Amino acid sequence: MDTREKDIENLKDYKYGFSTDIENIRAPKGLNEDVIKFISNIKKEPKWMLDFRLKSFKRLQNLKEPDWQKPKYPKIDYQDLYYYSAPKSMSDKPKSLDELDPKLLETYKKLGIPLQEQARLNGIAIDAVFDSVSVATTFKDELTKQGIIFCSMSEAIQKHSDLVKKYLGTVIPTTDHFFATLNSAVFTDGSFVYIPEGVRCPMELSTYFRINASQTGQFERTLIIADKGSYVSYLEGCTAPMRDENQLHAANVELIALDDAEIKYSTVQNWYPGDENGKGGIYNFVTKRGLCKGRNSKISWTQVETGSAITWKYPSCILKGDNSIGEFYSIAITNNHQKADTGTKMIHLGKNTKSKIISKGISAGFSDMTYRGLVDINPKAKNSSNYTQCDSLLMGNKCGAHTVPYIKNKNFNSNIAHEATTSKISEEQLHYCQQRGLNPEEAVGLIVNGFCKEVLQQLPMEFAVEAQKLVGISLEGSVG
Amino acid sequence: MLKINNLNANIEDKSILKDFSLNINPGEVHAIMGPNGSGKSTLSNILSGKKGYEISGEVLFENKNLFELETEERAHKGIFLAFQYPLEIPGVNTNIFLKTSLNAIRKAKGEKELDAIEFLKLVKEKAKELKFDEEKLNRQLNVGFSGGEKKKNEILQMSMLSPKLSILDETDSGLDIDALKVVSDGVNTLRNKDNSFLIITHYQRLLDYIKPDFVHVLMNGKIIKSGGPELALELEKKGYENFN
Repeated sequence: MDTREKDIENLKDYKYGFSTDIENIRAPKGLNEDVIKFISNIKKEPKWMLDFRLKSFKRLQNLKEPDWQKPKYPKIDYQDLYYYSAPKSMSDKPKSLDELDPKLLETYKKLGIPLQEQARLNGIAIDAVFDSVSVATTFKDELTKQGIIFCSMSEAIQKHSDLVKKYLGTVIPTTDHFFATLNSAVFTDGSFVYIPEGVRCPMELSTYFRINASQTGQFERTLIIADKGSYVSYLEGCTAPMRDENQLHAANVELIALDDAEIKYSTVQNWYPGDENGKGGIYNFVTKRGLCKGRNSKISWTQVETGSAITWKYPSCILKGDNSIGEFYSIAITNNHQKADTGTKMIHLGKNTKSKIISKGISAGFSDMTYRGLVDINPKAKNSSNYTQCDSLLMGNKCGAHTVPYIKNKNFNSNIAHEATTSKISEEQLHYCQQRGLNPEEAVGLIVNGFCKEVLQQLPMEFAVEAQKLVGISLEGSVG
Repeated sequence: MLKINNLNANIEDKSILKDFSLNINPGEVHAIMGPNGSGKSTLSNILSGKKGYEISGEVLFENKNLFELETEERAHKGIFLAFQYPLEIPGVNTNIFLKTSLNAIRKAKGEKELDAIEFLKLVKEKAKELKFDEEKLNRQLNVGFSGGEKKKNEILQMSMLSPKLSILDETDSGLDIDALKVVSDGVNTLRNKDNSFLIITHYQRLLDYIKPDFVHVLMNGKIIKSGGPELALELEKKGYENFN
């Protein structure tokens, strides 16, 4: 770590702001066919995968970066980024955790992510992604016994080629928008999950994303398939070192639920948000989409978004199967100079489909928050319904909150309900809590957690407590 | 315990308390009675640390300058205010609020924080004493509570925190006889040679249940007369207007 980084680190208490000094293998800087071939080659990918990437790259040439979002950012020079960076020790992939570079183990230990034996105590299977590669997956053997596949995307491309080939790009096609297509061309690693027919996954599956190298974009790709009648709960967490440059994170996540299957996908996003003057931080431009392909299937997104300089994402559900259900529970917190433009899209295609959107936005400091959501009920989606509740909480008078709902109802038998509120934490509420012995920050934490309760309840229990703490920490310094 | 010397308080150039002085010793119960707008709530607001007033004069709590302490530090040192209008905090379970509050104060005092089991035992005990509906402990703080339930909740919190100085700001307003009994039981149970009370009220009625050591009549920001419990009866008979 150089001294400048150390200085930045001392500046503010972002617990995850350290970086690991580790030797990397990088692709040459820039975005071109050779770099894509380099990535594909180093990952020993089959030809169809390289073709998928090159097709996406070709398509990308005709796409323009979107600019309709509320948070604006300086132009990104895509030729000035590294698209692949991996710890050198990973070039011959270690066979077990014991062979893993101790520096990596130490990093995850510092992050509170136990990869070794202690992972057993938590009963959560973890896939750890460090910059561009997956470094370890725990509990593999036990999951394999039930036919569950939980591994890195790279491994899945080699070992479960049929499944990947069948489903990759079916929810987010290579012809999608700019960032999604960029991901399709250069994605490096991520998690792959397959739950066989009728199996209820016995533990939480979790991926932990860590950006370490500087000047590096992280483009991970996650694919989750829940076969007929199966169930899985999946959680991702993210952190990055504090650097005074902005780093791009453009992931694609695709979920597919077949007949009677259910996928619960939770995110606790705590990428480095930049310093209190808005310098540095991650650009979190992510495409997440779930397809309720089968009848009676269900996909539920829960997100707690506290980090990143800019968060720009709309985890969405395409409700194709009859009677399918889509849910979106969101807490988004912006403080200092952070910006967020987030929400969801619920596309109703099948009959009797239902969707529910609960969004809680909290803005403090000089930050700006937009909820943007689409509910689109197609002519054939008879007897469908949506309920949307959007609540905003403002702290101080220098921040902003905006709600932009798009509602399209194309048949008479369906109904859509939308409720929205905007409120402030009152001086009286703060005074009341302080009179009961809480300091102002504890008081804000308590009130905000109350405000977010409906969403926090959706998180797996192991993470709900963590998320509650994070909500409090994110707002530190917002009352004065 | 509490010494108020020549306290003046203004809000937006309007003078509310004028050279207000009062001395409360350990174990004493003082009642302050006065008509609307006499400055009663301003007094409780200032003692609890509410911002927005221009203040001069001196307030000492256990010989410490109260104005140098933040609101929560005053709470840590044992000052409790039963609010005239208890606040609603949506989404926050009453039990969680009580536990957070109790542990914040215990921690500040260097005492061990209670775990969930110890806390539940204590809160159930106290709720039973005060005939507080246990089911309400699992509801959002004061949300959908009736006026009486909110006031009882304040008294429950008081008895959980066992403060040295409890200020009751019109806690009796709008209470039926049963609830009034609960409030006074709460005070009487906590009353001992160390704990003091400042009871702010419009009516003599509460003082039938809580026998004060001193009664003060507050008008236009000043104490115009002090005496024993008999003063309250006199006041009730004459009314504030004819009292002068």
